[in-house]
Amino acid sequence: MGKLALRDEILLRVEKPARYIGNEVNAVIKDKEKVDVRMAMCFPDVYEIGMSHLGIQILYDMFNSFEDVWCERVYSPWVDLDRIMREESIPLFGLESQEPIKDLDLLAITIQYEMCYTNILQILDLSQIPLCAKDRTWEHPVVIGGGPCTYNPEPIAEFFDVFYIGEGETRYREFLDLYKEARREGVDRTEFLRRAAKLPGFYVPAFYQVEYKEDGTIRSMKPVEDGIPETIRKEIEMEVSDTYYPRKPVVPFIKVTQDRVVLEIQRGCIRGCRFCQAGQLYRPVRERDVEMLKEYALDMLKNTGHEEISLSSLSSSDYSKLPELIDFLIDECRRKNINISLPSLRIDAFSLDVMSKVQDVRKSSLTFAPEAGSQRLRNVINKGLTESVILDGAALAFKGGWTRVKLYFMLGLPTETEEDIRGIGDLCNKIAAVFFETVPKDKRVNGKVQIVASTSFFIPKPFTPFQWAKMCTKEEFLDKAYTTRTSIKEQLNQKSIKYNWHEADVSVLEGVFARGDRKIAKVIRKAYEKGCIFDAWSEYFRNGVWMETFEECGVDVGFYTTREREPDEVFPWDFLDCGVTKEFLLREWEKAKREAVSPNCRMQCQGCGANRFGGGVCFEEKEG
Amino acid sequence: MKLRIKFAKSGAMRFVGHLDIMRYFQKAIRRAEIDIAFSEGFSPHQIMSFAAPLGVGLESRGEYFDVEVRSYTTSDEMKERLNRVMVPGMEVLSVTMLEEHAKNAMASVAAASYSVRFREGYEPEFDWVGRSAVFYAQSSIPVTKKTKKSEVQLDLKPAIYSMEAREGEDGSPALYLLVDASSSGNIKPSLVMETFFKENGAELPEFSLMITRVDTFTNAGTEDEPRLVPLDAVGKLF
Repeated sequence: MGKLALRDEILLRVEKPARYIGNEVNAVIKDKEKVDVRMAMCFPDVYEIGMSHLGIQILYDMFNSFEDVWCERVYSPWVDLDRIMREESIPLFGLESQEPIKDLDLLAITIQYEMCYTNILQILDLSQIPLCAKDRTWEHPVVIGGGPCTYNPEPIAEFFDVFYIGEGETRYREFLDLYKEARREGVDRTEFLRRAAKLPGFYVPAFYQVEYKEDGTIRSMKPVEDGIPETIRKEIEMEVSDTYYPRKPVVPFIKVTQDRVVLEIQRGCIRGCRFCQAGQLYRPVRERDVEMLKEYALDMLKNTGHEEISLSSLSSSDYSKLPELIDFLIDECRRKNINISLPSLRIDAFSLDVMSKVQDVRKSSLTFAPEAGSQRLRNVINKGLTESVILDGAALAFKGGWTRVKLYFMLGLPTETEEDIRGIGDLCNKIAAVFFETVPKDKRVNGKVQIVASTSFFIPKPFTPFQWAKMCTKEEFLDKAYTTRTSIKEQLNQKSIKYNWHEADVSVLEGVFARGDRKIAKVIRKAYEKGCIFDAWSEYFRNGVWMETFEECGVDVGFYTTREREPDEVFPWDFLDCGVTKEFLLREWEKAKREAVSPNCRMQCQGCGANRFGGGVCFEEKEG
Repeated sequence: MKLRIKFAKSGAMRFVGHLDIMRYFQKAIRRAEIDIAFSEGFSPHQIMSFAAPLGVGLESRGEYFDVEVRSYTTSDEMKERLNRVMVPGMEVLSVTMLEEHAKNAMASVAAASYSVRFREGYEPEFDWVGRSAVFYAQSSIPVTKKTKKSEVQLDLKPAIYSMEAREGEDGSPALYLLVDASSSGNIKPSLVMETFFKENGAELPEFSLMITRVDTFTNAGTEDEPRLVPLDAVGKLF
């Protein structure tokens, strides 16, 4: 065991020092003299969040499976250590080697949510790497961005040398070879990036120029040199049953958010909810082979010693071999006293049966995500969940002994009216009524039913049918939350209903970042310089500083949030191709306004464009 | 069948706290495929009992926990199997079998021995080797122990079973302490050191001590005639 990067006196002074020592079970240690490329995978948030992320575990495993590469991990130092590292100029280090990140070849940062943008700057800053890509030399690592937020990388484009667009399994090997070759030949950094920009899936912001119209929207975005592609198509792993997946994931010492074996059963979603970005980005749906999943489940449990396993995917109920997989897991896990943590499933006889086998019915709750209070608005967002499905599911569950129901809604969806919002209270009330109708007084275990309704605020995201939509102001959001609360209070069964809502400030900022352009970068940099970090943590989010910084930089928040876009507007992310065409998204936007629903991928192809990848659900044999 | 497992903790592992060490071993037992017994109920848990919690930052060569197992092989084979799934800084030192009605690890703890060294640059200015004998020769050592709610006056002397400055294995001088570690009278070595410093007109600076728990002891004698032995001495190799 080598020397730790931090002195004992520092480790004893900070909260949870085990965040910074590495040495975990299955962490990979290599001889640095025997590898050609040293890199770090970074999740720019605190260790417990970063360690819970499956994507990094997959890529960490993949990179380390390459003999010539040693990949380490790095996360955001928490605010206490952040202060000490700045005071003492201690460079940020990789957990495995405990050596400075700045001495590595590559720093790959996964960008999972917009509110981590200032933490990206924290990582670069503490690593003593220049914040802007243009100020870096071969003395610094090449900084790569990946993950869902790179589908609009423009607000943070100047901080990155290169972005990888899409699923990481496919092209990194070529990138690494290109890097090794460039270093061997001794070419300059710009030449290396030029070569990288020609690899499929790689976007090098420095080689593109954006021109704006007078109204602030984009006129064009073009490569500045010949040979640099005009559009970059996302990378996608079509062989999901025969690709990289960790058999020995790293096991943290401290309790992390996702402290269990995670089995990703499929990628993509057939549903096509119009607000959902993931549902468009990861098309087409690709299922993993059930035999592969069984094998990995056993291996991962054995190699980690975890006492819990969970399944991960969008809309897990749509995985075609779900009953077989769950039966297998219930059987294996019962023998080994391992818990199964179920993903949220569509409530029906099957899922209730499974839930009753793996959870304590009295302590668990049912989850529904109607997302909108009225059928009209659910049609607008293409959420194929009807009131009768919810009420029938609830009745079935109440008979089975459940007494708690969680409901998730969004406020501020396009075309929303007060009536739609009041529908939230009505629906909650009807569910409570179903309980009192189905469960006789003497059989009511906990006395009564508990319904918890939560609302979040709708934020339009790139590559969704709602990318043209106007977002609400903070005041509108809060009015809507107030209306929701009032409508719940008016209900007959209001005593059985609890209502939670989110803060609106942070939603507004997320809205700016989500559909922002390159002009946002200076705001992010300046807010960071004023001390904004950990914006995703409400106790550290400083809305006042942000709003003041927008003003100082002359950037109008409303331009990015509350403006409805024209159908022909050029978006900052239009140079990316996620497989789904802009024509399809526009068609869906028009259908949404007509309150027309679109069937899911298995029922009827909507011609989104993702069939160009030549596999997945687009080429499944239709049943019957 | 009850087994007692002795382990050492050093290096980076000093910064993993007691609760996380418990979680670490729950997972290690699964990785090593030890046939551990589980409690009854809706969410069964491994039957496991840890001896004395060790503070963050301390090393130890004498930590213990007990497990109930449904089947077993031999002391050596089980020790080896566990060591194959350890991380650097954790080492299983022995696996012994307890008698059916033996007290569990936590209830067995009577005392713990420590070696105390000074971190480089933190050595006190007074003659700590010489003064330690004077300190320990007192008939009583009154201290004020602060708890969350109140301050308690107590005499440290009867809780310190021995205190001696001598050269350690590496040739550098260290203070060796054997103190009460029972649930009713547990004394932290840092409290002894703070008091020692105060009596010599000095403040004990934060982070100045490097403390190793050398072993944890149980009383194999009687209350009147105690006989302290390491916790694994009451178990048998198998």
